[in-house]
Amino acid sequence: MAQKLLQRYKDGDRLNHWFIALMFFLAGLSGLAFFHPSLFFLSSLFGGGQWARILHPFLGVLMMIGFLGLFFKLWRDNRITPADREWRKHAGRMFRGDKAGMPPVGKYNYGQKIVFWLMFFSLVVLLVTGIMFWRPWFAPFFSIDVMRVAVLLHSVSAVVLILGTIVHIYAVIWVKGTARAMTRGTVTEGWAKLHHPLWHEEQSKSQ
Amino acid sequence: MSSLQSLDVVARSATTTPTPQVRTAVPEVAKLIDESKCIGCKACQVACMTWNDLRDEVGENVGVFDNPTNLTPTSWTVMKFYEVAPQEGSLEWLIRKDGCMHCEDPGCLKACPAPGAIIKYANGIVDFISENCIGCGYCIKGCPFDVPRISLKDSKAYKCNLCTDRVSVGLQPACVKTCPTGAISFGTKDDMVTYGEQRAGELRERGFQHAGLYNPQGVGGTHVMYVLKHADQPGLVGLPADPTINPMVEVWKGIAKPLAVAGVIGAMVVGFIHYMKVGPIEDKAEKEDA
Repeated sequence: MAQKLLQRYKDGDRLNHWFIALMFFLAGLSGLAFFHPSLFFLSSLFGGGQWARILHPFLGVLMMIGFLGLFFKLWRDNRITPADREWRKHAGRMFRGDKAGMPPVGKYNYGQKIVFWLMFFSLVVLLVTGIMFWRPWFAPFFSIDVMRVAVLLHSVSAVVLILGTIVHIYAVIWVKGTARAMTRGTVTEGWAKLHHPLWHEEQSKSQ
Repeated sequence: MSSLQSLDVVARSATTTPTPQVRTAVPEVAKLIDESKCIGCKACQVACMTWNDLRDEVGENVGVFDNPTNLTPTSWTVMKFYEVAPQEGSLEWLIRKDGCMHCEDPGCLKACPAPGAIIKYANGIVDFISENCIGCGYCIKGCPFDVPRISLKDSKAYKCNLCTDRVSVGLQPACVKTCPTGAISFGTKDDMVTYGEQRAGELRERGFQHAGLYNPQGVGGTHVMYVLKHADQPGLVGLPADPTINPMVEVWKGIAKPLAVAGVIGAMVVGFIHYMKVGPIEDKAEKEDA
Protein backbone atom coordinates (compact mmCIF):
# COMPACT_ATOMS: atom_id res chain seq x y z
CA MET A 1 0.00 0.00 0.00
CA ALA A 2 1.33 3.39 -0.96
CA GLN A 3 1.98 5.70 1.97
CA LYS A 4 0.19 8.96 2.49
CA LEU A 5 2.35 11.94 1.57
CA LEU A 6 2.63 15.18 3.47
CA GLN A 7 3.57 18.49 1.86
CA ARG A 8 6.75 19.89 3.47
CA TYR A 9 7.99 22.54 1.01
CA LYS A 10 6.03 24.41 -1.66
CA ASP A 11 7.25 24.69 -5.27
CA GLY A 12 8.53 28.24 -4.84
CA ASP A 13 10.48 27.39 -1.70
CA ARG A 14 12.11 24.41 -3.37
CA LEU A 15 13.10 26.40 -6.44
CA ASN A 16 14.51 29.09 -4.17
CA HIS A 17 16.40 26.48 -2.15
CA TRP A 18 18.13 25.14 -5.25
CA PHE A 19 18.90 28.65 -6.42
CA ILE A 20 20.58 29.32 -3.07
CA ALA A 21 22.44 26.01 -3.35
CA LEU A 22 23.73 26.88 -6.82
CA MET A 23 24.82 30.33 -5.68
CA PHE A 24 26.47 28.78 -2.62
CA PHE A 25 28.59 26.53 -4.79
CA LEU A 26 29.48 29.27 -7.28
CA ALA A 27 30.28 31.89 -4.63
CA GLY A 28 32.03 29.24 -2.54
CA LEU A 29 34.23 27.88 -5.31
CA SER A 30 35.18 31.35 -6.57
CA GLY A 31 35.91 32.49 -3.02
CA LEU A 32 37.98 29.43 -2.12
CA ALA A 33 40.14 30.23 -5.15
CA PHE A 34 41.42 33.29 -3.29
CA PHE A 35 41.62 31.61 0.08
CA HIS A 36 44.33 29.04 -0.47
CA PRO A 37 46.96 28.89 -3.25
CA SER A 38 46.22 25.19 -3.76
CA LEU A 39 42.64 26.13 -4.66
CA PHE A 40 43.44 28.97 -7.07
CA PHE A 41 42.79 26.60 -9.99
CA LEU A 42 39.07 26.92 -9.14
CA SER A 43 39.18 30.42 -10.60
CA SER A 44 39.50 28.76 -14.04
CA LEU A 45 35.87 27.65 -13.68
CA PHE A 46 34.89 31.31 -13.81
CA GLY A 47 37.15 32.41 -16.66
CA GLY A 48 40.30 33.16 -14.67
CA GLY A 49 41.30 35.09 -11.56
CA GLN A 50 40.00 38.45 -12.77
CA TRP A 51 36.55 37.10 -13.62
CA ALA A 52 36.34 35.09 -10.42
CA ARG A 53 37.13 38.29 -8.51
CA ILE A 54 34.52 40.28 -10.45
CA LEU A 55 31.75 37.64 -10.19
CA HIS A 56 32.26 36.45 -6.60
CA PRO A 57 30.54 39.35 -4.80
CA PHE A 58 27.53 39.32 -7.15
CA LEU A 59 27.11 35.57 -6.61
CA GLY A 60 27.30 36.13 -2.87
CA VAL A 61 24.67 38.87 -2.92
CA LEU A 62 22.34 36.66 -5.01
CA MET A 63 22.79 33.85 -2.48
CA MET A 64 21.90 36.25 0.35
CA ILE A 65 18.80 37.52 -1.45
CA GLY A 66 17.62 33.96 -2.01
CA PHE A 67 18.37 33.00 1.57
CA LEU A 68 16.42 35.93 2.97
CA GLY A 69 13.39 34.71 0.99
CA LEU A 70 13.64 31.40 2.78
CA PHE A 71 14.60 32.96 6.09
CA PHE A 72 11.43 35.00 6.49
CA LYS A 73 9.33 31.90 5.82
CA LEU A 74 11.17 29.58 8.15
CA TRP A 75 12.58 31.56 11.05
CA ARG A 76 9.52 31.10 13.27
CA ASP A 77 9.80 27.33 13.01
CA ASN A 78 13.47 27.58 13.94
CA ARG A 79 13.12 29.38 17.25
CA ILE A 80 14.96 27.50 19.98
CA THR A 81 12.48 26.20 22.60
CA PRO A 82 12.95 24.52 26.01
CA ALA A 83 12.14 21.18 24.33
CA ASP A 84 15.26 21.62 22.21
CA ARG A 85 17.43 21.47 25.31
CA GLU A 86 16.02 18.05 26.05
CA TRP A 87 16.85 16.98 22.49
CA ARG A 88 20.37 18.33 22.81
CA LYS A 89 20.94 16.20 25.93
CA HIS A 90 20.11 13.11 23.92
CA ALA A 91 21.97 14.17 20.76
CA GLY A 92 24.79 11.71 21.45
CA ARG A 93 22.40 8.78 21.18
CA MET A 94 21.14 10.04 17.84
CA PHE A 95 24.69 10.08 16.47
CA ARG A 96 25.15 6.51 17.66
CA GLY A 97 22.14 5.59 15.54
CA ASP A 98 19.70 5.19 18.44
CA LYS A 99 16.77 7.13 17.01
CA ALA A 100 14.19 5.63 19.37
CA GLY A 101 15.47 7.47 22.44
CA MET A 102 15.00 10.95 21.00
CA PRO A 103 12.32 13.26 22.39
CA PRO A 104 9.57 14.14 19.85
CA VAL A 105 10.22 17.23 17.72
CA GLY A 106 8.17 19.61 15.59
CA LYS A 107 8.99 20.78 12.09
CA TYR A 108 12.71 21.08 12.89
CA ASN A 109 14.90 19.41 15.48
CA TYR A 110 17.57 21.19 17.49
CA GLY A 111 20.34 20.21 15.09
CA GLN A 112 18.45 21.59 12.10
CA LYS A 113 17.75 24.81 13.96
CA ILE A 114 21.41 25.26 14.83
CA VAL A 115 22.39 24.79 11.18
CA PHE A 116 19.71 27.29 10.19
CA TRP A 117 20.99 30.01 12.52
CA LEU A 118 24.62 29.19 11.75
CA MET A 119 23.92 29.74 8.07
CA PHE A 120 21.96 32.91 8.73
CA PHE A 121 24.60 34.55 10.90
CA SER A 122 27.53 33.50 8.74
CA LEU A 123 25.74 34.89 5.67
CA VAL A 124 25.07 38.19 7.42
CA VAL A 125 28.76 38.47 8.39
CA LEU A 126 29.81 37.47 4.87
CA LEU A 127 27.58 40.13 3.32
CA VAL A 128 28.57 42.96 5.67
CA THR A 129 32.31 42.24 5.60
CA GLY A 130 32.28 41.44 1.90
CA ILE A 131 30.83 44.84 1.04
CA MET A 132 33.65 46.45 3.03
CA PHE A 133 36.31 45.30 0.57
CA TRP A 134 34.23 45.06 -2.61
CA ARG A 135 36.22 46.78 -5.31
CA PRO A 136 35.91 49.22 -6.87
CA TRP A 137 32.67 50.52 -5.39
CA PHE A 138 32.60 50.13 -1.64
CA ALA A 139 36.19 49.47 -0.53
CA PRO A 140 37.22 53.16 -0.80
CA PHE A 141 34.76 54.03 1.98
CA PHE A 142 36.51 51.83 4.54
CA SER A 143 39.88 52.26 6.20
CA ILE A 144 42.62 49.71 5.63
CA ASP A 145 42.44 48.60 9.28
CA VAL A 146 38.71 47.95 9.02
CA MET A 147 39.24 45.99 5.80
CA ARG A 148 41.91 43.86 7.49
CA VAL A 149 39.39 42.79 10.13
CA ALA A 150 36.76 42.33 7.43
CA VAL A 151 38.82 39.94 5.28
CA LEU A 152 39.60 37.76 8.28
CA LEU A 153 35.96 37.66 9.45
CA HIS A 154 34.87 37.02 5.86
CA SER A 155 37.05 33.91 5.60
CA VAL A 156 36.12 32.65 9.07
CA SER A 157 32.40 32.97 8.41
CA ALA A 158 32.84 31.39 4.98
CA VAL A 159 34.40 28.36 6.63
CA VAL A 160 31.56 28.26 9.18
CA LEU A 161 29.03 28.36 6.32
CA ILE A 162 30.84 25.58 4.45
CA LEU A 163 31.00 23.42 7.58
CA GLY A 164 27.30 24.09 8.23
CA THR A 165 26.50 23.06 4.67
CA ILE A 166 28.51 19.86 4.99
CA VAL A 167 26.44 18.98 8.07
CA HIS A 168 23.28 20.01 6.18
CA ILE A 169 24.08 17.75 3.21
CA TYR A 170 25.28 14.87 5.35
CA ALA A 171 22.08 14.91 7.39
CA VAL A 172 20.14 14.33 4.15
CA ILE A 173 22.38 11.43 3.16
CA TRP A 174 22.17 10.03 6.69
CA VAL A 175 18.43 10.29 7.32
CA LYS A 176 16.75 8.38 4.52
CA GLY A 177 13.60 9.79 2.99
CA THR A 178 14.58 13.42 3.65
CA ALA A 179 15.83 14.43 0.21
CA ARG A 180 12.38 14.19 -1.38
CA ALA A 181 11.21 17.06 0.83
CA MET A 182 13.36 19.36 -1.30
CA THR A 183 12.95 17.55 -4.62
CA ARG A 184 9.29 16.48 -4.71
CA GLY A 185 8.17 18.73 -1.86
CA THR A 186 6.53 15.88 0.03
CA VAL A 187 7.60 13.35 2.65
CA THR A 188 6.01 10.05 3.60
CA GLU A 189 3.80 9.84 6.63
CA GLY A 190 6.16 7.27 8.14
CA TRP A 191 9.07 9.66 7.81
CA ALA A 192 7.12 12.45 9.44
CA LYS A 193 5.98 10.26 12.33
CA LEU A 194 9.47 8.98 12.92
CA HIS A 195 11.43 12.22 12.68
CA HIS A 196 8.97 15.04 13.33
CA PRO A 197 6.04 13.52 15.23
CA LEU A 198 4.75 16.85 16.57
CA TRP A 199 4.77 18.33 13.09
CA HIS A 200 2.98 15.23 11.83
CA GLU A 201 0.29 15.67 14.44
CA GLU A 202 -0.11 19.30 13.55
CA GLN A 203 -0.37 18.53 9.83
CA SER A 204 -2.86 15.74 10.40
CA LYS A 205 -5.06 18.01 12.51
CA SER A 206 -5.10 20.85 10.04
CA GLN A 207 -6.10 18.57 7.19
CA MET B 1 56.12 45.64 -14.59
CA SER B 2 56.86 43.04 -17.17
CA SER B 3 57.65 39.48 -16.35
CA LEU B 4 61.38 39.18 -16.90
CA GLN B 5 62.76 35.75 -17.59
CA SER B 6 64.21 35.81 -14.18
CA LEU B 7 66.25 33.09 -12.56
CA ASP B 8 66.45 34.89 -9.25
CA VAL B 9 62.91 35.03 -7.91
CA VAL B 10 63.13 34.24 -4.20
CA ALA B 11 59.44 34.63 -3.36
CA ARG B 12 56.27 34.45 -5.43
CA SER B 13 52.74 35.21 -4.23
CA ALA B 14 50.25 32.34 -3.71
CA THR B 15 52.84 29.77 -4.70
CA THR B 16 53.64 26.70 -2.62
CA THR B 17 56.48 25.26 -4.72
CA PRO B 18 60.03 26.66 -5.02
CA THR B 19 60.54 29.58 -7.38
CA PRO B 20 63.29 29.67 -10.04
CA GLN B 21 66.32 30.74 -8.01
CA VAL B 22 69.45 29.09 -9.38
CA ARG B 23 71.13 32.46 -9.67
CA THR B 24 72.40 32.86 -6.14
CA ALA B 25 75.33 35.27 -6.40
CA VAL B 26 73.06 38.29 -6.52
CA PRO B 27 73.90 40.98 -3.99
CA GLU B 28 70.98 42.59 -2.15
CA VAL B 29 70.46 46.17 -3.18
CA ALA B 30 69.02 49.16 -1.39
CA LYS B 31 68.07 52.75 -1.96
CA LEU B 32 69.02 55.22 0.75
CA ILE B 33 67.07 58.47 1.07
CA ASP B 34 68.84 61.10 3.16
CA GLU B 35 66.17 63.40 4.54
CA SER B 36 68.76 65.98 5.55
CA LYS B 37 70.00 66.45 1.98
CA CYS B 38 66.59 66.64 0.31
CA ILE B 39 65.50 70.07 -0.96
CA GLY B 40 62.05 69.00 -2.12
CA CYS B 41 62.64 69.80 -5.81
CA LYS B 42 60.56 66.82 -6.96
CA ALA B 43 63.07 65.93 -9.67
CA CYS B 44 62.70 62.31 -8.50
CA GLN B 45 58.96 62.50 -9.11
CA VAL B 46 59.58 63.77 -12.63
CA ALA B 47 62.28 61.19 -13.30
CA CYS B 48 59.95 58.44 -12.12
CA MET B 49 57.12 59.46 -14.42
CA THR B 50 59.52 59.98 -17.32
CA TRP B 51 61.31 56.67 -17.06
CA ASN B 52 58.13 54.70 -16.39
CA ASP B 53 56.13 56.71 -18.95
CA LEU B 54 53.43 57.63 -16.46
CA ARG B 55 51.26 60.75 -16.62
CA ASP B 56 49.17 61.47 -13.59
CA GLU B 57 46.23 63.82 -13.86
CA VAL B 58 47.03 67.46 -13.26
CA GLY B 59 45.58 67.75 -9.77
CA GLU B 60 44.41 70.57 -7.57
CA ASN B 61 46.71 72.93 -5.74
CA VAL B 62 45.84 72.31 -2.11
CA GLY B 63 47.82 75.29 -0.83
CA VAL B 64 51.01 73.41 0.06
CA PHE B 65 53.75 71.87 -2.01
CA ASP B 66 52.34 68.33 -1.96
CA ASN B 67 51.17 67.47 -5.47
CA PRO B 68 49.75 64.96 -5.89
CA THR B 69 48.94 64.76 -2.20
CA ASN B 70 49.44 61.03 -2.06
CA LEU B 71 50.64 58.07 -4.09
CA THR B 72 48.37 57.16 -7.00
CA PRO B 73 48.36 54.36 -9.59
CA THR B 74 50.37 56.68 -11.86
CA SER B 75 52.51 58.44 -9.24
CA TRP B 76 54.76 55.79 -7.76
CA THR B 77 56.80 58.26 -5.77
CA VAL B 78 55.59 61.49 -4.17
CA MET B 79 57.33 64.18 -2.12
CA LYS B 80 55.57 64.76 1.16
CA PHE B 81 56.13 67.94 3.15
CA TYR B 82 55.73 68.20 6.91
CA GLU B 83 55.80 71.31 9.11
CA VAL B 84 56.58 69.90 12.53
CA ALA B 85 57.79 70.87 15.99
CA PRO B 86 60.00 67.98 17.18
CA GLN B 87 60.72 69.87 20.40
CA GLU B 88 58.77 72.65 21.98
CA GLY B 89 59.50 75.94 20.31
CA SER B 90 61.36 74.44 17.38
CA LEU B 91 59.87 74.48 13.91
CA GLU B 92 61.16 72.26 11.16
CA TRP B 93 60.18 71.66 7.58
CA LEU B 94 60.74 68.00 6.79
CA ILE B 95 60.48 66.46 3.37
CA ARG B 96 60.08 62.78 2.65
CA LYS B 97 60.09 60.98 -0.67
CA ASP B 98 57.29 58.44 -0.27
CA GLY B 99 57.05 55.19 -2.19
CA CYS B 100 57.40 51.45 -1.86
CA MET B 101 59.83 50.39 0.88
CA HIS B 102 60.63 47.01 -0.73
CA CYS B 103 60.33 45.06 2.53
CA GLU B 104 62.49 42.03 3.09
CA ASP B 105 59.28 40.35 4.33
CA PRO B 106 56.68 41.95 2.03
CA GLY B 107 53.14 42.03 3.43
CA CYS B 108 51.67 42.61 -0.03
CA LEU B 109 53.22 39.38 -1.28
CA LYS B 110 51.98 37.48 1.75
CA ALA B 111 48.41 38.75 1.28
CA CYS B 112 48.23 38.33 -2.53
CA PRO B 113 45.99 35.41 -3.64
CA ALA B 114 47.03 35.43 -7.31
CA PRO B 115 49.98 33.16 -8.15
CA GLY B 116 52.91 35.19 -9.40
CA ALA B 117 51.21 38.59 -9.24
CA ILE B 118 53.80 39.75 -6.70
CA ILE B 119 57.36 38.53 -6.68
CA LYS B 120 60.52 39.30 -4.78
CA TYR B 121 63.84 39.08 -6.56
CA ALA B 122 67.04 37.87 -4.92
CA ASN B 123 68.31 41.45 -4.91
CA GLY B 124 65.39 42.38 -2.65
CA ILE B 125 63.19 44.24 -5.15
CA VAL B 126 59.47 43.56 -4.75
CA ASP B 127 57.66 43.74 -8.07
CA PHE B 128 54.03 43.57 -9.19
CA ILE B 129 53.54 41.42 -12.30
CA SER B 130 50.47 43.18 -13.62
CA GLU B 131 49.39 40.48 -16.07
CA ASN B 132 48.84 38.13 -13.11
CA CYS B 133 47.13 40.75 -10.93
CA ILE B 134 43.40 40.11 -10.42
CA GLY B 135 42.61 43.47 -8.80
CA CYS B 136 41.34 42.17 -5.45
CA GLY B 137 43.18 44.75 -3.33
CA TYR B 138 44.58 42.27 -0.82
CA CYS B 139 48.07 43.80 -1.24
CA ILE B 140 46.68 47.02 0.23
CA LYS B 141 45.68 45.13 3.38
CA GLY B 142 49.07 43.41 3.59
CA CYS B 143 51.19 46.54 3.19
CA PRO B 144 52.28 48.22 6.47
CA PHE B 145 53.14 51.45 4.60
CA ASP B 146 49.94 52.12 2.59
CA VAL B 147 51.74 51.95 -0.74
CA PRO B 148 49.89 49.87 -3.38
CA ARG B 149 47.27 51.71 -5.43
CA ILE B 150 44.68 50.06 -7.65
CA SER B 151 43.88 51.79 -10.91
CA LEU B 152 40.21 52.43 -11.62
CA LYS B 153 40.98 52.12 -15.33
CA ASP B 154 42.22 48.53 -15.35
CA SER B 155 41.78 47.23 -11.76
CA LYS B 156 45.49 46.46 -11.48
CA ALA B 157 47.73 47.30 -8.52
CA TYR B 158 50.68 49.61 -9.10
CA LYS B 159 53.66 50.83 -7.12
CA CYS B 160 57.38 51.62 -7.38
CA ASN B 161 59.38 48.68 -8.69
CA LEU B 162 62.72 50.27 -7.81
CA CYS B 163 63.27 50.51 -11.58
CA THR B 164 63.95 46.79 -11.69
CA ASP B 165 64.36 47.05 -15.48
CA ARG B 166 67.22 49.53 -14.96
CA VAL B 167 68.75 47.70 -12.00
CA SER B 168 68.75 44.39 -13.86
CA VAL B 169 71.04 45.90 -16.50
CA GLY B 170 73.32 47.58 -13.98
CA LEU B 171 71.78 51.06 -13.91
CA GLN B 172 70.59 53.07 -10.91
CA PRO B 173 66.87 53.73 -10.40
CA ALA B 174 65.70 56.83 -12.27
CA CYS B 175 65.08 58.85 -9.08
CA VAL B 176 68.61 58.16 -7.84
CA LYS B 177 70.11 59.09 -11.18
CA THR B 178 68.33 62.42 -11.26
CA CYS B 179 68.60 63.63 -7.66
CA PRO B 180 70.59 66.91 -7.83
CA THR B 181 71.74 66.96 -4.20
CA GLY B 182 72.74 63.34 -3.80
CA ALA B 183 69.98 62.82 -1.25
CA ILE B 184 69.17 59.47 -2.86
CA SER B 185 71.88 56.86 -3.19
CA PHE B 186 71.77 53.33 -4.47
CA GLY B 187 74.05 50.36 -3.93
CA THR B 188 74.29 47.07 -2.12
CA LYS B 189 72.24 46.82 1.03
CA ASP B 190 75.40 46.43 3.15
CA ASP B 191 77.00 49.53 1.65
CA MET B 192 73.84 51.57 2.10
CA VAL B 193 73.47 50.52 5.74
CA THR B 194 77.10 51.50 6.40
CA TYR B 195 76.72 54.80 4.56
CA GLY B 196 73.40 55.53 6.25
CA GLU B 197 74.84 54.92 9.71
CA GLN B 198 77.77 57.16 8.86
CA ARG B 199 75.45 59.96 7.67
CA ALA B 200 73.34 59.58 10.82
CA GLY B 201 76.52 59.87 12.89
CA GLU B 202 77.49 63.09 11.11
CA LEU B 203 74.03 64.50 11.78
CA ARG B 204 74.28 63.59 15.46
CA GLU B 205 77.59 65.45 15.64
CA ARG B 206 75.86 68.46 14.13
CA GLY B 207 73.22 68.54 16.84
CA PHE B 208 70.50 66.19 15.62
CA GLN B 209 70.81 63.96 18.67
CA HIS B 210 68.27 61.44 17.50
CA ALA B 211 69.36 61.13 13.89
CA GLY B 212 69.40 57.54 12.69
CA LEU B 213 68.80 55.01 9.96
CA TYR B 214 65.24 53.86 9.26
CA ASN B 215 65.53 50.20 8.32
CA PRO B 216 62.59 48.69 10.27
CA GLN B 217 63.27 45.17 11.49
CA GLY B 218 59.58 44.37 11.98
CA VAL B 219 59.40 43.67 8.24
CA GLY B 220 62.88 42.12 8.13
CA GLY B 221 64.46 45.42 7.13
CA THR B 222 63.68 47.31 3.93
CA HIS B 223 65.41 47.84 0.61
CA VAL B 224 64.48 51.49 0.71
CA MET B 225 65.89 53.13 3.82
CA TYR B 226 65.85 56.65 5.19
CA VAL B 227 68.35 58.71 7.12
CA LEU B 228 66.02 60.57 9.47
CA LYS B 229 66.92 63.65 11.46
CA HIS B 230 64.50 62.49 14.15
CA ALA B 231 64.70 58.72 13.95
CA ASP B 232 63.13 58.51 17.42
CA GLN B 233 59.94 60.02 15.97
CA PRO B 234 59.44 58.58 12.48
CA GLY B 235 55.79 59.60 12.79
CA LEU B 236 56.89 63.20 12.15
CA VAL B 237 57.24 62.29 8.48
CA GLY B 238 54.34 59.85 8.36
CA LEU B 239 56.36 56.67 8.89
CA PRO B 240 55.21 53.96 11.31
CA ALA B 241 57.53 53.60 14.31
CA ASP B 242 57.59 49.82 14.25
CA PRO B 243 55.91 48.57 11.07
CA THR B 244 54.90 44.92 10.92
CA ILE B 245 52.50 42.95 8.80
CA ASN B 246 49.15 43.43 10.56
CA PRO B 247 48.29 40.53 12.92
CA MET B 248 44.88 40.17 11.20
CA VAL B 249 46.70 39.54 7.93
CA GLU B 250 49.14 37.16 9.63
CA VAL B 251 46.28 35.07 11.04
CA TRP B 252 44.28 35.22 7.79
CA LYS B 253 47.23 34.25 5.60
CA GLY B 254 48.90 32.05 8.21
CA ILE B 255 47.13 29.64 10.53
CA ALA B 256 43.62 30.22 9.09
CA LYS B 257 44.48 28.64 5.73
CA PRO B 258 45.65 25.15 6.82
CA LEU B 259 43.14 25.12 9.70
CA ALA B 260 40.18 25.82 7.43
CA VAL B 261 41.24 23.33 4.76
CA ALA B 262 41.82 20.69 7.45
CA GLY B 263 38.45 21.51 9.03
CA VAL B 264 36.51 21.18 5.80
CA ILE B 265 38.23 17.97 4.71
CA GLY B 266 37.99 16.66 8.29
CA ALA B 267 34.22 17.26 8.39
CA MET B 268 33.77 15.26 5.20
CA VAL B 269 35.95 12.41 6.48
CA VAL B 270 34.05 12.30 9.79
CA GLY B 271 30.77 12.15 7.87
CA PHE B 272 32.06 9.30 5.72
CA ILE B 273 33.30 7.30 8.69
CA HIS B 274 30.05 7.93 10.58
CA TYR B 275 28.01 6.62 7.66
CA MET B 276 30.23 3.56 7.33
CA LYS B 277 30.16 2.72 11.03
CA VAL B 278 26.71 3.83 12.22
CA GLY B 279 24.84 3.80 8.94
CA PRO B 280 21.69 5.64 7.90
CA ILE B 281 18.53 6.23 9.87
CA GLU B 282 15.65 4.62 8.02
CA ASP B 283 11.97 4.16 8.48
CA LYS B 284 11.92 0.37 8.95
CA ALA B 285 8.16 0.07 8.43
CA GLU B 286 8.48 1.81 5.08
CA LYS B 287 11.02 -0.77 3.94
CA GLU B 288 8.66 -3.62 4.72
CA ASP B 289 5.91 -1.85 2.82
CA ALA B 290 8.06 -1.65 -0.26
